[in-house]
Amino acid sequence: MIVDIVLQIVKIIVIFAVILTCVAYLTLMERRCLGFFQVRLGPNRVGPWGLFQPIADGLKLFFKEDMTVLHANKFYFILAPVISFVAVLSCFAVVPFAGNAYIIDIPVAVLYLMAISSMGVYGVLLAGWSSNNKYSAMGGYRATAQMISYEIPLALALVGVLILSGSMSIVDIVNSQNGMWYIVKQPLGFIIFLICILAETNRCPFDLYECENELVAGYQTCYSSMKFGLFYIGEYAHIFLACCLITLFYLGGWNGPVLPALAWFFIKVFFCAFCFIWIRATYPRVRYDQLMNLSWKVVLPLAFLNLIVTAVIKVMF
Amino acid sequence: MTKKTITLNLGPQHPSTHGVLRVLLELDGEIVVDAKPDIGFLHRGFEKLAEHRTYRQNLVLTDRLDYLAAMSNNFAYVLAVEKLLGIEVPKRAQYIRVALVELQRIASHLFWLGTHAHDLGAMTPLFYALCEREDIMDIFEAISGGRLTPSFMRCGGLAADVDSSFVKNTKKFTDTFSSKVDVYENLLTENPIWKLRTRNVGKMSKEFCINTGISGPMARAAGIEWDLRKSNPYSSYEDFDFAIPTGLQGDVYDCYMMRIKEMRESAKIVRQAVDGLPESDGSPIKAKVNKFPAGEVYHSIESPRGELGFYIVSDGGKSPARLRVRPPSFVNLQGMGELVRGQLLSDVVAIIGMIDIVLAEVDR
Repeated sequence: MIVDIVLQIVKIIVIFAVILTCVAYLTLMERRCLGFFQVRLGPNRVGPWGLFQPIADGLKLFFKEDMTVLHANKFYFILAPVISFVAVLSCFAVVPFAGNAYIIDIPVAVLYLMAISSMGVYGVLLAGWSSNNKYSAMGGYRATAQMISYEIPLALALVGVLILSGSMSIVDIVNSQNGMWYIVKQPLGFIIFLICILAETNRCPFDLYECENELVAGYQTCYSSMKFGLFYIGEYAHIFLACCLITLFYLGGWNGPVLPALAWFFIKVFFCAFCFIWIRATYPRVRYDQLMNLSWKVVLPLAFLNLIVTAVIKVMF
Repeated sequence: MTKKTITLNLGPQHPSTHGVLRVLLELDGEIVVDAKPDIGFLHRGFEKLAEHRTYRQNLVLTDRLDYLAAMSNNFAYVLAVEKLLGIEVPKRAQYIRVALVELQRIASHLFWLGTHAHDLGAMTPLFYALCEREDIMDIFEAISGGRLTPSFMRCGGLAADVDSSFVKNTKKFTDTFSSKVDVYENLLTENPIWKLRTRNVGKMSKEFCINTGISGPMARAAGIEWDLRKSNPYSSYEDFDFAIPTGLQGDVYDCYMMRIKEMRESAKIVRQAVDGLPESDGSPIKAKVNKFPAGEVYHSIESPRGELGFYIVSDGGKSPARLRVRPPSFVNLQGMGELVRGQLLSDVVAIIGMIDIVLAEVDR
């Protein structure tokens, strides 16, 4: 009994250490890749090939002055980054890295994921509102509208996967893709999922609630030091989570020939991350109203269509 | 009754106001109800300073007007002074000047392209555009020693003659430049998101442009075929073969296309000027300057931003009695309030970018 609990705690610590390391190196990867896309080098001074850059960044954030702006609602101002951070990290509890490398496999994992990741919007909204700053507030409002609009088609796209696999457990979903990945069976669903997850994670071309050219830094304008750091880690953890989910739901998870399961998983995840960065380096940002139009007039009807077609095919054959 | 709108202070310190422009926005949600541009944060009293310095010393000040097109400002100023003096500049000097200001136009447009794309969220074109701008800066550095503020022109000619390496470097640049523009166009021109963001945003009618006094690429985007290089040729522009691109709708996308096309045309002019450069016959590259007569002159050129004019009143002394600049950025900025009304906040950024302001020139 006690051994079980200790083992579980060790498992949690190890997995979260791995996740946070991946997230830290995701920031480095993004900066280096963007550098190469943009005919420059990116950070390469700290350690060999800039490998210690994330550590330096983290240390720097710790030693920055921790400010709370005057007239901010202090309670929510401090609570907001915590919510953002916790909401994303809690999601990883049900994310399996390989056949047995996960914290817990619950039968309603997908539902849990959707519920917990939606909590993140509270962090952003509260940050925008409690900062008592117009730019922050606008960022917060945009974030709320955007996240709510894209959560619905995101969930609908996932229902397609659930119908095919017949289970909400992520391990089962991955195992049911043994023969063929769901990206082949659900191409439209995959595209919808990709668009929505880009919007959910606040990535270009949908990085509207932070866009520096209009809102300076959106909801995080007034944040500094580790409060900003928590947002930052939360944001990249969200991207990492998104890449994990794409891999698990559509790219066959850890399945693959020759190499061990964990290797396949991380290859696929970082390939997705690379695509995210590639998209960021290529596209301009869409406008707020265009984003809403896209969600409600294009993506949502397509998601319904995808769902109905999937359901009909499943029942017929 | 509560206020239904919020006042947003955009600038003077803001990532996309291109310097120290302050815009007071009245917002209803994200829709702009009213916009008041507030300028003057970079006022250095250029026109007053010019009254206390000699004609030759003033040249250095003109570099600092529009620091993204320093050569063009040099050029407009020396042309006005030469008009006052009534002197003829050697043909070789005229050709070199044309090559230099057209290179400067390309450099200015490149910088505009990069920052404008960045304003609309596309990061990468900025770095690509700066690569080519760097080549132009190197050419300037090689002949004048300065990159941003070369101060290379002189009343009557140039500070120094150029050598064969200038010709070689410039040819090398023009040979490859067109393919580089293709790269920028690949990233933006047909990009659906770019089109969504720029088409039908900040539309200007011909009448609006004429009434506001808008000139340069903005006016041409609205369909007005007005280019001082063609209509009032100066410094041998009549020798060169180039087209004046015009748009139809006068929106942000058209302004973008105008500047892209202008860069290609400018590269052609540079090539012609360098190819047809009259051989140096050993005579100085600068005409002799005698005593400054009393009188009034105005001379304007087509700068990268529009009609840039210098108005000089001389009382026969060593300094101008009065010097007045017609800065294109300042005049073009006047239409902004009208253009952004009823648009969204994101469009304000696009429209400020479309105007291509340099605040140093607006405030002087």
